[in-house]
Amino acid sequence: MLIVLKMNSVGEGCTDLKREYDQCFNRWFAEKFLKEDRSSDPCTEMFKKYQHCVQKAIKEKNIPIDGVEFMGPNKDKPDS
Amino acid sequence: MVKYFACVGHLKSSWDQVCIAFWERYPNPYSNHVLTEDIIFREVTPGNRLVSRRLLTKTNRTPRWMEKYLPVTMARHAYIIEDSIVDPQNRTMTTLTWNISHARMMSVEERCEYRINPDNTSWTEINREAWISSNLYGLSRAIQEFGLARFKTSVTKTMKGFEYVLAKMQGDTPSRTLAEHATERARETALAAKEKAKGLASQAHKKQQYV
Repeated sequence: MLIVLKMNSVGEGCTDLKREYDQCFNRWFAEKFLKEDRSSDPCTEMFKKYQHCVQKAIKEKNIPIDGVEFMGPNKDKPDS
Repeated sequence: MVKYFACVGHLKSSWDQVCIAFWERYPNPYSNHVLTEDIIFREVTPGNRLVSRRLLTKTNRTPRWMEKYLPVTMARHAYIIEDSIVDPQNRTMTTLTWNISHARMMSVEERCEYRINPDNTSWTEINREAWISSNLYGLSRAIQEFGLARFKTSVTKTMKGFEYVLAKMQGDTPSRTLAEHATERARETALAAKEKAKGLASQAHKKQQYV
């Protein structure tokens, strides 16, 4: 029994673009990036299309992603 | 007041395989609560590190005692952000995951370092830390305890999910977990149907009272 499942995008109309990009990225990540091959990224166009779609969906759904610094919340964490 | 938690875990796969699996780990039999997954930022730095931001939506399953204190309009879905840095030169990956919704009620932040296991270089070591806090007056301790308990369960699910995906990548899908998956899905469907029936029943009952 082979179950082939893939995740959906938060933007209902973006799922196909997401899956196309993910497939391209996964290949590049394993075959180029991890081998420290710095040749150009073949996925940039796909990424642009996908981002255009998903960023629009995020705005429409008022998902509060703005203004959060990269790795932001982990500055000066207390231990207790 | 913040609850702190730390643990070390191991995956019996190479660091490379684990990083590949990291991007492919959804869906898996242990992630039925994860509804959507999106990369919303990604860049390779001049130092050849990969930085990414991933947005997840998850079902917001809170216990009934907590639900009483939540406003009725509160979203049924939670939004989570995961930032990551993959360094192929040093063979390390650092991730930071936190919720951007419901944060005042309960905030969970998790930081992980993935590196080659120093005792067995074909394995991967994961150093995990979490900070759980709540700002709701009077309830914060109970919420933090709930948050910590749920976090520990989710760590187990995360590791099982990783192991499942890694096994699949290496060509052997454990049939037992497929059966578990089917069982869990059936259970969740049945539970959803039961909840819906309960809701409809109580609506019908209310209508009756007005007749």
